[in-house]
Amino acid sequence: MSQRIVVHDPRGYPPKVTGKRLAPRLTSLDGKVVYLVDCQFDNSDAFMEQMRQWFAEHLPNVETRIIETRESWVDDPEMRAKVEADGDAAILGVGL
Amino acid sequence: MAISLEERGVPTVAVHTNVFARLAKATALAAGMPRARQAFLPQPVVGVSPGELRNYIHGNDKVSGRPFVQEVIEGLTRPLDEEDLKGATFERSTPRLLEPDTEENLHELFIRNRWTDMLPVVLPTQERVERMLKGTSHAADKIVGKLRPTAFREFWEFDVEKVAVNAVMAGARPEYFPVILAMAASGQTARSSSTNSFATISIVNGPIRNEIGMDSGIGVMGPYNHANATIGRAYGLLSQNLQGGSVPGESYMGTLGNWYAYTACLPEAEERSPWEPFHVQHGFKPTDSTVSIFFGGWYTHAGQGPRETWQSLLIRTLVATDHYLPPFLVMDPVAARDFEKLGFSKQALIDWCAQNAKLPARDYWDNQWIQTLMHPLAVAGVEPYASKLKATPEELVTLFQPEDINIIVAGGETQGFWKIFGGRYGGRGPGAPATTTGKAAPATLSVDAWR
Repeated sequence: MSQRIVVHDPRGYPPKVTGKRLAPRLTSLDGKVVYLVDCQFDNSDAFMEQMRQWFAEHLPNVETRIIETRESWVDDPEMRAKVEADGDAAILGVGL
Repeated sequence: MAISLEERGVPTVAVHTNVFARLAKATALAAGMPRARQAFLPQPVVGVSPGELRNYIHGNDKVSGRPFVQEVIEGLTRPLDEEDLKGATFERSTPRLLEPDTEENLHELFIRNRWTDMLPVVLPTQERVERMLKGTSHAADKIVGKLRPTAFREFWEFDVEKVAVNAVMAGARPEYFPVILAMAASGQTARSSSTNSFATISIVNGPIRNEIGMDSGIGVMGPYNHANATIGRAYGLLSQNLQGGSVPGESYMGTLGNWYAYTACLPEAEERSPWEPFHVQHGFKPTDSTVSIFFGGWYTHAGQGPRETWQSLLIRTLVATDHYLPPFLVMDPVAARDFEKLGFSKQALIDWCAQNAKLPARDYWDNQWIQTLMHPLAVAGVEPYASKLKATPEELVTLFQPEDINIIVAGGETQGFWKIFGGRYGGRGPGAPATTTGKAAPATLSVDAWR
């Protein structure tokens, strides 16, 4: 029978995960401002434009505003502050 | 960003493509919000016409199978349930030692858990790790740093002992350990999760090269020197294990992968170079030992010379690179000395490359990553991108700034060969992972600090 040996675990130390709550949902999008956040991945501007057109045709009572992040894949606190101050909801895309 | 908006009271839906589903869900879980609302389009979005994008919107979510717009609208309006309100608070831990088992079973376990690079590893027994720890004066429990696979993931932390475990697995010897610790402390992962299949290429300078038997001669980039090979491998293994994984579809998304990710570490041939060593260019003394990290490893071009038409060859080669990632030249001493005979210092040759590598602005801006990462900078007025954006489509624009281009000298002098790799000195650059401080990773690190 092969001998049993002890070895180290090669993984690092993960951080503690602290739960975060989702924001309260809207009862309806009627009359609300929805920000369409273009995360600046290649062609995400075209996707957001199509989303804007879809809302205009199917939910005309929703005001959509396209907004871009400052850089692709870089958090943009200024953009977030604007969405928080002036918007009721947000759709982000495309990418993380 | 979606989670930050939710935290500040803005109901949000994040839209991804379906190939990123596991990654997006794992990221939300690690952020403590596993029920963050997500909707999934078909892949790809890049290169797809407006009409096709419209069809995506009218189609089904590629993960749930429900209508895409229904996922989006309900994501913003469906009342929260108890699970949504809870979030997810949990602690994870990794044990110091694994349960005793046979060597055969442990090798299988390491492969199954994706703790290897799929080549055989040396099992990190307590005795082997103890021996590795003798390669540094630092305590086993000293925290070395943090790593993560990309900017939107969580950082994992690690100490000297955890680095030693991975160094053992790579087959490294204790005398190499200070170099490996310096790499681990860089904050720059060698296992980026980017779809672009990045790797790192590391350059060792100073006395440590000779002390540990690295070889800058024949076959410097091949499988011929124990220190060169295992130090590079250790950097890859420690990156994937200490950052919490590099698993395809979950924490690794490189579409083609990268062979340089197995190992890519070489010493500069300082004694045979006509130019000053790379680390001295960057403020270190010749007697300092350092490791410098280049983030990239996309393309490899090669040539000989300088011969009669060297200007044309070099221009054609530079223009053929993917110009998002700047060129990093490794030049055999024979070629370096020949350039010197033509009157070039290292900086003069770099300047020549920067001035002469040009493309029409249309071609420059048609590069996917230039468009994704540099175009927003250009729009924001950041130079030199803003000027390039003002150019007419036919106007020639330079591809690289002199500070983007780097040259080191290595090779066996069996011919005047050079290679050009895609490699950004200092890691970060737009889109690449930030360090724990949010700044660019230090590019050249002291090895002496880890002796």
